[in-house]
Amino acid sequence: MPSLKDLKNRIASVKSTQKITKAMQMVAAAKLRRAQNAAEAARPYAERMEGVLAGLASAYQGREGAPALLAGTGKSDTHLLVVATGERGLAGGFNSSIARLARETAARLISEGKTVKILSVGKKGADILKRSFEKNMLDTISLREVRQIGYGTAQEIGEKLLAMYAAGEFDVATLFYAEFKSVVSQVPTAQQLIPAQFKAGEGEAGLARNYEYEPDEDAILTDLLPRNVSVQIFRALLENNASFFGAQMSAMDNATRNAGEMIDKLTLSYNRQRQAQITKELIEIISGAEAL
Amino acid sequence: MADGVKVEIVSPEALVLSAEARSVTVPGAEGYMTVLGEHAPVMTVLRPGFVTVTDGAGTATRYFVAGGFADISDDGVAILAEEARPADAFGRAEIEARISAGQAALDAASTPEEKMAAQTALDTWKNLLLEAGTAGATAH
Repeated sequence: MPSLKDLKNRIASVKSTQKITKAMQMVAAAKLRRAQNAAEAARPYAERMEGVLAGLASAYQGREGAPALLAGTGKSDTHLLVVATGERGLAGGFNSSIARLARETAARLISEGKTVKILSVGKKGADILKRSFEKNMLDTISLREVRQIGYGTAQEIGEKLLAMYAAGEFDVATLFYAEFKSVVSQVPTAQQLIPAQFKAGEGEAGLARNYEYEPDEDAILTDLLPRNVSVQIFRALLENNASFFGAQMSAMDNATRNAGEMIDKLTLSYNRQRQAQITKELIEIISGAEAL
Repeated sequence: MADGVKVEIVSPEALVLSAEARSVTVPGAEGYMTVLGEHAPVMTVLRPGFVTVTDGAGTATRYFVAGGFADISDDGVAILAEEARPADAFGRAEIEARISAGQAALDAASTPEEKMAAQTALDTWKNLLLEAGTAGATAH
Protein backbone atom coordinates (compact mmCIF):
# COMPACT_ATOMS: atom_id res chain seq x y z
CA MET A 1 0.00 0.00 0.00
CA PRO A 2 1.57 3.30 -1.04
CA SER A 3 1.93 5.87 1.71
CA LEU A 4 -0.04 9.09 1.82
CA LYS A 5 2.94 11.04 0.59
CA ASP A 6 3.44 8.72 -2.39
CA LEU A 7 -0.18 9.09 -3.37
CA LYS A 8 0.03 12.84 -3.13
CA ASN A 9 3.08 12.88 -5.39
CA ARG A 10 1.40 10.64 -7.92
CA ILE A 11 -1.67 12.84 -8.05
CA ALA A 12 0.51 15.87 -8.63
CA SER A 13 2.42 14.16 -11.46
CA VAL A 14 -0.72 12.89 -13.19
CA LYS A 15 -2.17 16.38 -12.92
CA SER A 16 0.80 17.92 -14.67
CA THR A 17 0.64 15.24 -17.37
CA GLN A 18 -3.00 16.11 -17.86
CA LYS A 19 -2.08 19.75 -18.27
CA ILE A 20 0.40 18.87 -20.99
CA THR A 21 -1.95 16.60 -22.91
CA LYS A 22 -4.69 19.20 -22.66
CA ALA A 23 -2.39 21.88 -24.06
CA MET A 24 -1.31 19.56 -26.88
CA GLN A 25 -4.92 18.85 -27.68
CA MET A 26 -5.66 22.52 -27.96
CA VAL A 27 -2.63 23.19 -30.13
CA ALA A 28 -3.60 20.28 -32.38
CA ALA A 29 -7.13 21.62 -32.66
CA ALA A 30 -5.90 25.03 -33.77
CA LYS A 31 -3.47 23.50 -36.25
CA LEU A 32 -6.12 21.12 -37.49
CA ARG A 33 -8.36 24.01 -38.43
CA ARG A 34 -5.55 25.56 -40.48
CA ALA A 35 -4.62 22.25 -42.08
CA GLN A 36 -8.22 21.53 -42.91
CA ASN A 37 -8.63 24.92 -44.57
CA ALA A 38 -5.50 24.34 -46.62
CA ALA A 39 -6.75 20.91 -47.68
CA GLU A 40 -10.09 22.35 -48.70
CA ALA A 41 -8.49 25.22 -50.60
CA ALA A 42 -6.46 22.74 -52.63
CA ARG A 43 -9.44 20.64 -53.58
CA PRO A 44 -10.87 22.64 -56.51
CA TYR A 45 -7.56 22.63 -58.33
CA ALA A 46 -6.95 18.93 -57.93
CA GLU A 47 -10.52 18.08 -58.87
CA ARG A 48 -10.53 20.15 -62.03
CA MET A 49 -7.14 18.82 -62.99
CA GLU A 50 -8.40 15.31 -62.57
CA GLY A 51 -11.55 16.02 -64.56
CA VAL A 52 -9.65 17.50 -67.49
CA LEU A 53 -7.06 14.74 -67.50
CA ALA A 54 -9.66 12.02 -67.25
CA GLY A 55 -11.36 13.50 -70.30
CA LEU A 56 -8.11 13.63 -72.23
CA ALA A 57 -7.05 10.20 -71.08
CA SER A 58 -10.30 8.58 -72.13
CA ALA A 59 -9.55 9.72 -75.67
CA TYR A 60 -6.36 7.67 -75.51
CA GLN A 61 -8.04 4.50 -74.34
CA GLY A 62 -6.71 1.61 -76.33
CA ARG A 63 -4.73 3.84 -78.66
CA GLU A 64 -1.06 3.60 -79.41
CA GLY A 65 1.38 6.33 -78.56
CA ALA A 66 0.04 7.47 -75.23
CA PRO A 67 2.65 9.14 -73.03
CA ALA A 68 4.53 6.82 -70.70
CA LEU A 69 3.11 8.52 -67.63
CA LEU A 70 -0.33 7.39 -68.73
CA ALA A 71 0.33 4.09 -70.41
CA GLY A 72 3.07 2.84 -68.11
CA THR A 73 6.26 1.07 -69.09
CA GLY A 74 4.42 -2.03 -70.18
CA LYS A 75 5.58 -4.06 -67.18
CA SER A 76 5.11 -3.97 -63.46
CA ASP A 77 8.30 -5.49 -62.12
CA THR A 78 9.54 -2.71 -59.93
CA HIS A 79 7.17 -0.98 -57.58
CA LEU A 80 7.93 2.24 -55.80
CA LEU A 81 6.00 2.86 -52.62
CA VAL A 82 5.89 6.48 -51.55
CA VAL A 83 4.86 6.44 -47.92
CA ALA A 84 3.78 9.76 -46.44
CA THR A 85 3.58 9.87 -42.66
CA GLY A 86 4.04 12.43 -39.94
CA GLU A 87 7.25 13.83 -38.54
CA ARG A 88 6.16 13.36 -34.98
CA GLY A 89 4.47 10.75 -32.88
CA LEU A 90 1.86 11.18 -30.15
CA ALA A 91 -0.94 10.94 -32.67
CA GLY A 92 -2.56 7.65 -31.78
CA GLY A 93 -2.47 5.10 -34.57
CA PHE A 94 -1.86 7.64 -37.32
CA ASN A 95 1.68 6.73 -38.34
CA SER A 96 1.41 3.03 -37.66
CA SER A 97 -1.80 2.55 -39.64
CA ILE A 98 -0.28 4.11 -42.77
CA ALA A 99 2.89 2.12 -42.27
CA ARG A 100 0.86 -1.06 -41.78
CA LEU A 101 -0.91 -0.60 -45.10
CA ALA A 102 2.41 0.05 -46.82
CA ARG A 103 3.97 -2.97 -45.14
CA GLU A 104 1.17 -5.28 -46.18
CA THR A 105 1.37 -4.05 -49.75
CA ALA A 106 5.13 -4.43 -49.79
CA ALA A 107 4.92 -7.96 -48.39
CA ARG A 108 2.31 -8.92 -50.97
CA LEU A 109 4.36 -7.50 -53.86
CA ILE A 110 7.50 -9.24 -52.68
CA SER A 111 5.68 -12.56 -52.40
CA GLU A 112 4.58 -12.06 -55.99
CA GLY A 113 8.22 -11.79 -56.96
CA LYS A 114 8.31 -8.07 -57.68
CA THR A 115 11.02 -5.66 -56.69
CA VAL A 116 9.90 -3.15 -54.08
CA LYS A 117 11.49 0.19 -53.39
CA ILE A 118 10.30 2.45 -50.62
CA LEU A 119 10.58 6.20 -50.49
CA SER A 120 9.47 7.60 -47.19
CA VAL A 121 8.16 11.11 -46.77
CA GLY A 122 8.22 11.82 -43.07
CA LYS A 123 10.46 10.39 -40.42
CA LYS A 124 8.03 8.26 -38.44
CA GLY A 125 7.04 6.01 -41.31
CA ALA A 126 10.69 5.48 -42.15
CA ASP A 127 11.41 4.39 -38.57
CA ILE A 128 8.63 1.81 -38.65
CA LEU A 129 9.34 0.47 -42.14
CA LYS A 130 13.08 0.24 -41.55
CA ARG A 131 12.47 -2.61 -39.15
CA SER A 132 11.20 -5.02 -41.77
CA PHE A 133 12.32 -3.51 -45.10
CA GLU A 134 15.72 -2.05 -44.35
CA LYS A 135 17.19 -3.07 -47.70
CA ASN A 136 14.21 -1.80 -49.69
CA MET A 137 14.43 1.72 -48.34
CA LEU A 138 15.63 4.22 -50.90
CA ASP A 139 15.52 7.49 -49.10
CA THR A 140 13.67 9.51 -46.51
CA ILE A 141 12.43 12.98 -47.24
CA SER A 142 12.05 14.91 -44.04
CA LEU A 143 9.45 17.61 -43.81
CA ARG A 144 10.59 18.64 -40.36
CA GLU A 145 11.98 21.94 -41.63
CA VAL A 146 8.84 22.72 -43.58
CA ARG A 147 6.59 24.96 -41.52
CA GLN A 148 3.72 25.11 -43.93
CA ILE A 149 3.33 22.60 -46.71
CA GLY A 150 3.39 24.55 -49.96
CA TYR A 151 3.05 23.45 -53.52
CA GLY A 152 6.82 23.81 -53.89
CA THR A 153 7.38 21.00 -51.41
CA ALA A 154 5.18 18.65 -53.38
CA GLN A 155 6.78 19.75 -56.62
CA GLU A 156 10.22 18.78 -55.39
CA ILE A 157 9.03 15.31 -54.52
CA GLY A 158 7.15 15.09 -57.82
CA GLU A 159 10.21 16.05 -59.83
CA LYS A 160 12.26 13.50 -57.99
CA LEU A 161 9.75 10.81 -58.89
CA LEU A 162 9.61 11.88 -62.51
CA ALA A 163 13.39 11.84 -62.80
CA MET A 164 13.48 8.34 -61.34
CA TYR A 165 10.72 7.23 -63.69
CA ALA A 166 12.51 8.68 -66.70
CA ALA A 167 15.65 6.81 -65.64
CA GLY A 168 13.63 3.60 -65.54
CA GLU A 169 14.11 3.02 -61.84
CA PHE A 170 10.55 1.84 -61.32
CA ASP A 171 7.46 0.84 -63.28
CA VAL A 172 4.64 1.64 -60.90
CA ALA A 173 4.48 4.24 -58.16
CA THR A 174 1.94 4.11 -55.38
CA LEU A 175 1.39 6.79 -52.81
CA PHE A 176 0.33 5.98 -49.24
CA TYR A 177 -1.31 8.54 -47.04
CA ALA A 178 -4.23 8.97 -44.66
CA GLU A 179 -7.32 10.49 -46.11
CA PHE A 180 -9.00 12.94 -43.80
CA LYS A 181 -12.62 11.98 -43.22
CA SER A 182 -13.24 13.62 -39.87
CA VAL A 183 -11.48 14.34 -36.62
CA VAL A 184 -12.12 10.81 -35.42
CA SER A 185 -11.68 8.98 -38.69
CA GLN A 186 -8.66 8.98 -40.97
CA VAL A 187 -8.48 6.30 -43.60
CA PRO A 188 -5.10 5.00 -44.76
CA THR A 189 -5.22 5.08 -48.54
CA ALA A 190 -3.07 3.76 -51.37
CA GLN A 191 -3.22 5.71 -54.60
CA GLN A 192 -1.47 4.78 -57.80
CA LEU A 193 0.45 7.78 -59.11
CA ILE A 194 2.33 6.46 -62.10
CA PRO A 195 0.99 5.38 -64.50
CA ALA A 196 -1.87 7.75 -63.87
CA GLN A 197 -5.21 6.21 -63.08
CA PHE A 198 -8.55 7.90 -63.21
CA LYS A 199 -11.82 6.86 -61.70
CA ALA A 200 -14.04 5.44 -64.37
CA GLY A 201 -16.86 7.63 -65.53
CA GLU A 202 -15.25 10.80 -64.32
CA GLY A 203 -14.23 12.08 -67.71
CA GLU A 204 -17.32 12.55 -69.79
CA ALA A 205 -16.65 11.01 -73.15
CA GLY A 206 -18.15 14.01 -74.88
CA LEU A 207 -15.75 16.38 -73.21
CA ALA A 208 -12.77 15.24 -75.20
CA ARG A 209 -14.53 15.59 -78.52
CA ASN A 210 -16.10 19.00 -78.19
CA TYR A 211 -13.05 20.89 -77.12
CA GLU A 212 -10.62 22.73 -79.25
CA TYR A 213 -7.09 22.28 -78.06
CA GLU A 214 -4.31 24.78 -78.12
CA PRO A 215 -1.66 23.52 -78.84
CA ASP A 216 -2.84 19.95 -79.64
CA GLU A 217 -4.10 17.22 -77.34
CA ASP A 218 -0.79 15.41 -77.15
CA ALA A 219 1.08 18.52 -76.12
CA ILE A 220 -1.46 19.34 -73.44
CA LEU A 221 -1.40 15.82 -72.11
CA THR A 222 2.40 15.69 -71.94
CA ASP A 223 2.33 19.05 -70.21
CA LEU A 224 -0.33 18.11 -67.69
CA LEU A 225 0.63 14.58 -66.70
CA PRO A 226 3.86 15.49 -64.87
CA ARG A 227 2.02 18.36 -63.22
CA ASN A 228 -0.69 16.01 -62.10
CA VAL A 229 1.87 13.93 -60.20
CA SER A 230 2.88 16.96 -58.15
CA VAL A 231 -0.71 17.99 -57.63
CA GLN A 232 -1.69 14.56 -56.36
CA ILE A 233 1.29 14.51 -54.01
CA PHE A 234 0.38 17.98 -52.81
CA ARG A 235 -3.16 16.94 -52.12
CA ALA A 236 -2.01 13.81 -50.30
CA LEU A 237 0.40 15.80 -48.14
CA LEU A 238 -2.31 18.24 -47.14
CA GLU A 239 -4.78 15.47 -46.40
CA ASN A 240 -2.11 13.75 -44.40
CA ASN A 241 -1.36 16.89 -42.46
CA ALA A 242 -4.99 17.39 -41.56
CA SER A 243 -5.30 13.71 -40.63
CA PHE A 244 -2.25 13.95 -38.43
CA PHE A 245 -3.64 16.79 -36.37
CA GLY A 246 -7.04 15.14 -36.24
CA ALA A 247 -5.48 11.94 -34.93
CA GLN A 248 -3.32 13.85 -32.51
CA MET A 249 -6.28 15.79 -31.24
CA SER A 250 -8.37 12.73 -30.49
CA ALA A 251 -5.37 10.89 -29.03
CA MET A 252 -4.68 13.80 -26.70
CA ASP A 253 -8.35 14.08 -25.83
CA ASN A 254 -8.31 10.44 -24.75
CA ALA A 255 -5.14 10.94 -22.79
CA THR A 256 -6.62 13.92 -20.98
CA ARG A 257 -9.72 11.93 -20.11
CA ASN A 258 -7.69 8.96 -18.88
CA ALA A 259 -5.61 11.25 -16.73
CA GLY A 260 -8.80 12.69 -15.25
CA GLU A 261 -10.07 9.21 -14.37
CA MET A 262 -6.76 8.33 -12.82
CA ILE A 263 -6.78 11.47 -10.71
CA ASP A 264 -10.27 10.63 -9.46
CA LYS A 265 -9.21 7.11 -8.49
CA LEU A 266 -6.03 8.25 -6.79
CA THR A 267 -7.86 10.99 -4.90
CA LEU A 268 -10.41 8.46 -3.69
CA SER A 269 -7.78 6.11 -2.31
CA TYR A 270 -5.88 9.07 -0.88
CA ASN A 271 -8.95 10.19 1.05
CA ARG A 272 -9.72 6.65 2.21
CA GLN A 273 -6.25 6.24 3.57
CA ARG A 274 -6.32 9.61 5.26
CA GLN A 275 -9.57 8.71 7.01
CA ALA A 276 -8.26 5.28 7.98
CA GLN A 277 -5.27 6.92 9.54
CA ILE A 278 -7.41 9.37 11.50
CA THR A 279 -9.60 6.52 12.73
CA LYS A 280 -6.52 4.59 13.74
CA GLU A 281 -5.13 7.51 15.67
CA LEU A 282 -8.46 8.04 17.44
CA ILE A 283 -8.62 4.37 18.43
CA GLU A 284 -5.12 4.61 19.79
CA ILE A 285 -5.99 7.68 21.86
CA ILE A 286 -9.24 6.20 23.17
CA SER A 287 -7.77 2.82 24.04
CA GLY A 288 -4.85 4.63 25.69
CA ALA A 289 -7.29 6.68 27.78
CA GLU A 290 -9.28 3.59 28.71
CA ALA A 291 -6.20 1.79 29.90
CA LEU A 292 -5.55 4.48 32.51
CA MET B 1 -23.29 41.90 -76.72
CA ALA B 2 -22.55 38.72 -74.86
CA ASP B 3 -23.74 38.32 -71.32
CA GLY B 4 -20.35 38.11 -69.77
CA VAL B 5 -18.29 35.24 -68.59
CA LYS B 6 -17.71 33.53 -65.29
CA VAL B 7 -14.05 33.38 -64.39
CA GLU B 8 -12.22 31.31 -61.81
CA ILE B 9 -8.52 31.45 -61.10
CA VAL B 10 -7.35 28.49 -59.06
CA SER B 11 -3.88 27.74 -57.78
CA PRO B 12 -3.00 24.52 -55.94
CA GLU B 13 -3.03 26.42 -52.69
CA ALA B 14 -6.20 28.44 -53.01
CA LEU B 15 -9.05 29.75 -55.07
CA VAL B 16 -7.64 33.14 -56.08
CA LEU B 17 -10.62 34.60 -57.86
CA SER B 18 -14.16 33.63 -58.65
CA ALA B 19 -16.16 36.37 -60.34
CA GLU B 20 -18.38 37.42 -63.18
CA ALA B 21 -16.53 39.40 -65.84
CA ARG B 22 -17.14 41.00 -69.19
CA SER B 23 -13.97 39.68 -70.72
CA VAL B 24 -10.90 37.73 -69.71
CA THR B 25 -7.54 37.83 -71.44
CA VAL B 26 -5.34 34.81 -70.87
CA PRO B 27 -1.68 34.22 -71.85
CA GLY B 28 -2.16 31.13 -74.01
CA ALA B 29 0.79 29.08 -75.18
CA GLU B 30 0.29 30.45 -78.69
CA GLY B 31 -0.37 34.03 -77.72
CA TYR B 32 -2.73 36.11 -75.67
CA MET B 33 -6.41 35.52 -76.23
CA THR B 34 -9.47 37.31 -74.99
CA VAL B 35 -12.54 35.39 -73.97
CA LEU B 36 -16.01 36.91 -73.99
CA GLY B 37 -19.25 35.20 -73.07
CA GLU B 38 -20.41 32.12 -74.98
CA HIS B 39 -16.97 31.27 -76.20
CA ALA B 40 -16.50 27.90 -77.89
CA PRO B 41 -14.92 25.31 -75.57
CA VAL B 42 -11.15 25.55 -75.71
CA MET B 43 -8.43 24.02 -73.65
CA THR B 44 -5.14 25.81 -73.73
CA VAL B 45 -1.81 25.58 -71.99
CA LEU B 46 -0.67 28.85 -70.42
CA ARG B 47 2.74 30.38 -70.31
CA PRO B 48 3.79 32.67 -67.48
CA GLY B 49 2.05 35.99 -67.98
CA PHE B 50 -0.75 38.26 -66.94
CA VAL B 51 -4.44 37.48 -66.91
CA THR B 52 -6.60 40.56 -67.34
CA VAL B 53 -10.12 40.37 -65.99
CA THR B 54 -12.42 43.20 -67.08
CA ASP B 55 -15.62 43.50 -65.09
CA GLY B 56 -18.99 44.87 -66.19
CA ALA B 57 -17.98 48.43 -65.41
CA GLY B 58 -14.89 48.16 -67.58
CA THR B 59 -12.39 48.07 -64.75
CA ALA B 60 -9.45 45.82 -65.48
CA THR B 61 -7.74 43.77 -62.81
CA ARG B 62 -4.54 41.96 -63.57
CA TYR B 63 -3.32 38.68 -62.15
CA PHE B 64 0.02 37.08 -62.58
CA VAL B 65 -0.03 33.37 -63.43
CA ALA B 66 2.97 31.08 -63.85
CA GLY B 67 2.17 28.19 -66.15
CA GLY B 68 -0.86 25.98 -65.99
CA PHE B 69 -3.84 25.74 -68.28
CA ALA B 70 -7.16 27.36 -68.99
CA ASP B 71 -10.35 25.41 -69.46
CA ILE B 72 -12.85 27.49 -71.39
CA SER B 73 -16.26 25.89 -71.51
CA ASP B 74 -19.95 26.76 -71.30
CA ASP B 75 -19.49 27.16 -67.56
CA GLY B 76 -16.96 29.95 -68.01
CA VAL B 77 -13.22 30.23 -67.83
CA ALA B 78 -11.31 28.15 -65.32
CA ILE B 79 -7.66 29.07 -65.05
CA LEU B 80 -5.58 26.48 -63.27
CA ALA B 81 -2.19 27.97 -62.58
CA GLU B 82 0.67 26.62 -60.58
CA GLU B 83 1.09 30.05 -59.14
CA ALA B 84 -1.44 32.83 -59.24
CA ARG B 85 -1.77 36.15 -57.48
CA PRO B 86 -2.80 39.72 -58.08
CA ALA B 87 -0.31 41.53 -60.31
CA ASP B 88 0.14 44.26 -57.71
CA ALA B 89 1.89 41.77 -55.49
CA PHE B 90 4.24 40.81 -58.28
CA GLY B 91 6.96 43.34 -58.94
CA ARG B 92 9.71 43.76 -61.50
CA ALA B 93 12.29 42.70 -58.97
CA GLU B 94 10.77 39.26 -58.82
CA ILE B 95 10.79 38.86 -62.59
CA GLU B 96 14.40 39.96 -62.66
CA ALA B 97 15.24 37.39 -60.01
CA ARG B 98 13.65 34.72 -62.19
CA ILE B 99 15.57 35.91 -65.22
CA SER B 100 18.85 35.51 -63.41
CA ALA B 101 17.73 32.08 -62.18
CA GLY B 102 16.85 31.22 -65.77
CA GLN B 103 20.26 32.42 -66.95
CA ALA B 104 21.92 30.22 -64.35
CA ALA B 105 19.86 27.24 -65.52
CA LEU B 106 20.87 27.96 -69.10
CA ASP B 107 24.54 28.06 -68.15
CA ALA B 108 24.18 24.83 -66.21
CA ALA B 109 22.33 23.01 -69.01
CA SER B 110 24.46 20.36 -70.69
CA THR B 111 22.33 18.68 -73.35
CA PRO B 112 20.85 20.61 -76.28
CA GLU B 113 17.31 19.74 -75.13
CA GLU B 114 17.95 21.17 -71.69
CA LYS B 115 19.53 24.24 -73.25
CA MET B 116 16.52 24.81 -75.41
CA ALA B 117 14.08 24.42 -72.53
CA ALA B 118 16.09 26.81 -70.39
CA GLN B 119 16.35 29.32 -73.24
CA THR B 120 12.59 29.22 -73.82
CA ALA B 121 11.91 29.76 -70.14
CA LEU B 122 14.38 32.62 -70.05
CA ASP B 123 12.84 34.29 -73.10
CA THR B 124 9.37 34.02 -71.60
CA TRP B 125 10.51 35.80 -68.48
CA LYS B 126 12.34 38.47 -70.47
CA ASN B 127 9.21 39.16 -72.48
CA LEU B 128 7.26 39.33 -69.29
CA LEU B 129 9.58 42.00 -67.97
CA LEU B 130 8.83 44.11 -71.04
CA GLU B 131 5.11 43.54 -70.58
CA ALA B 132 5.24 44.41 -66.92
CA GLY B 133 6.89 47.65 -67.91
CA THR B 134 4.36 48.68 -70.57
CA ALA B 135 1.14 47.11 -69.29
CA GLY B 136 1.21 49.18 -66.14
CA ALA B 137 0.83 52.25 -68.34
CA THR B 138 -1.91 50.87 -70.60
CA ALA B 139 -4.04 49.16 -67.99
CA HIS B 140 -5.46 52.42 -66.69
